[in-house]
Amino acid sequence: MLDLKNLKKTFNPKTVNEKVALDGLNLHLEDNDFVTVIGGNGAGKSTMLNAIAGVWPIDQGSIVIDGTDVSHLPEHRRAPLLGRVFQDPMTGTAATMQIEENLALAARRGDKRTLKAGITRAERAQYRDLLATLGLGLEDRMTAKVGLLSGGQRQALTLLMATLKKPRLLLLDEHTAALDPRTAEKVLQLSEKIVTENRLMTLMVTHNMRDAIRYGNRLIMMNDGKVILDIAGEEKKRLTVENLMTAFFKASGEEFANDRALLS
Amino acid sequence: MNFSALLNAMPGAVAQGLIWGIMAIGVYITYKVLDLADLTVDGSMATGGAVCVMLMLNGVNVWLALLCAMLAGMLAGLLTGVFHTAMGIPPILAGILTQLSLYSINLAIMDFKANQGINVTKYALIVSQRNVRTAGLNNPILTALLILALLIGILYWFFGTELGSALRATGANEAMSRAQGINTNMAKILGLMISNSIVALSSALLSHYQGFVDVNMGRGAIVIGLAAVIISEVIFGKLFRNFALKLTGVALGAVIYYIVIQVVLWLGLNTNLLKLLSALIVAVFLGIPYWKAHFSARYAGKGGRGHA
Repeated sequence: MLDLKNLKKTFNPKTVNEKVALDGLNLHLEDNDFVTVIGGNGAGKSTMLNAIAGVWPIDQGSIVIDGTDVSHLPEHRRAPLLGRVFQDPMTGTAATMQIEENLALAARRGDKRTLKAGITRAERAQYRDLLATLGLGLEDRMTAKVGLLSGGQRQALTLLMATLKKPRLLLLDEHTAALDPRTAEKVLQLSEKIVTENRLMTLMVTHNMRDAIRYGNRLIMMNDGKVILDIAGEEKKRLTVENLMTAFFKASGEEFANDRALLS
Repeated sequence: MNFSALLNAMPGAVAQGLIWGIMAIGVYITYKVLDLADLTVDGSMATGGAVCVMLMLNGVNVWLALLCAMLAGMLAGLLTGVFHTAMGIPPILAGILTQLSLYSINLAIMDFKANQGINVTKYALIVSQRNVRTAGLNNPILTALLILALLIGILYWFFGTELGSALRATGANEAMSRAQGINTNMAKILGLMISNSIVALSSALLSHYQGFVDVNMGRGAIVIGLAAVIISEVIFGKLFRNFALKLTGVALGAVIYYIVIQVVLWLGLNTNLLKLLSALIVAVFLGIPYWKAHFSARYAGKGGRGHA
């Protein structure tokens, strides 16, 4: 379970660049929820995910994951509960380290890092099998530096890393936005497969309305740092891009201001 | 010119290069592994010698004195780490602050004298310039090689452990490291402590080698360390992929640096101009990747002028 209560965050307070990014955000997720998140530019989608992950401290409110109040924990101490994939394929992996080393780092998320071997023979075998399930041929390049991989390969690897140790909550932050349409499609399907197989509670931010409708069991729309629309179950299955646009207009009184969402 | 004078100076250059090579490995850990330019080393390159020599002059066993020197280096690294992580000071400035405070601290350790001598006939020094041309087991080149081999072995093991991997990850990608639960601040502090303890070890050995410790002996150490790292990348970069080999390359880089210095001196350069020469050489080599990117982008027709 995830509980966000009255989250507030203002960037550059008391300056000309002041920006209220989260304005009393409330959200509750059940254990099996796979929630897609849409909204215009600056609606607070990524800010919400970063607040949960603890990238910076929040101004107000509380974040509770499975009964643990993480509101004031530093980022690395929340990491055991979270799996994260970022918009920029460069962010989720260490480019100068090998594929297997990256996986080994992720396998120890939440554990104390000791003077034991950084990667064992048994792990290598396990990673080989795991990489083979991606169908990208990475199982034969386990000692290659991650910097040599394409964006799509890196995002697939980051997905594996995020879920190698089962997280309580998976945060996907526009993780296909930097990929070409075909690769994006593949990574999305892989994401859905991993989420379903591991029954992961998931928040997936996307700029693509069609993807938001197609994936997950619940869809929320954000505007001005709040959730303005929350659609689940049968109602979500009947959604179309057109009635999402209408709903957005009704809820916010504004046109949907995101060219990428409209064009894709 | 007298070629035999140059040949005669070579063993000394190699020994000095190997001792500075230990220091350069310390620089490699911060500069390359952690991706931090740590200027603490200009101070800790005198601290190690000061602690070691003063303890020995007061009758402490040589190995214990060496250990204390390394611990002192660790404390210096800790201070820089705390300046950087707990007080948000940029790493270069944090290092400069520690370096400056170390100048006073080093003088205090040395009874407020600018230098302190230690005589090889009276004290059991580990390496000494006096034996640089002897063919025995007390030759400093041999001893320095053994210490380097041991150091590289230990570091190779450490950076393969879970903790060592966490340090490498912190240097490679901080955001990813935190997302994977690594306390990146602790990793940086630990890295700075390890690096400066190695620098202090080199400092202690250098003071043994030259028979005295001088409060200014660390001035410009970072530049020599960087020169060694860069020389090794230029010469051995394509050859040495393995971590242990890379560290070996850095030590060899320092040896090459000292041989080049020796040749330049032999050619008649004023000793006082050496630091200028070192700084310019390092500046040029640091600039090469920038120029490469700049010009290749322009030739590729991507208008690389602004963002090369």
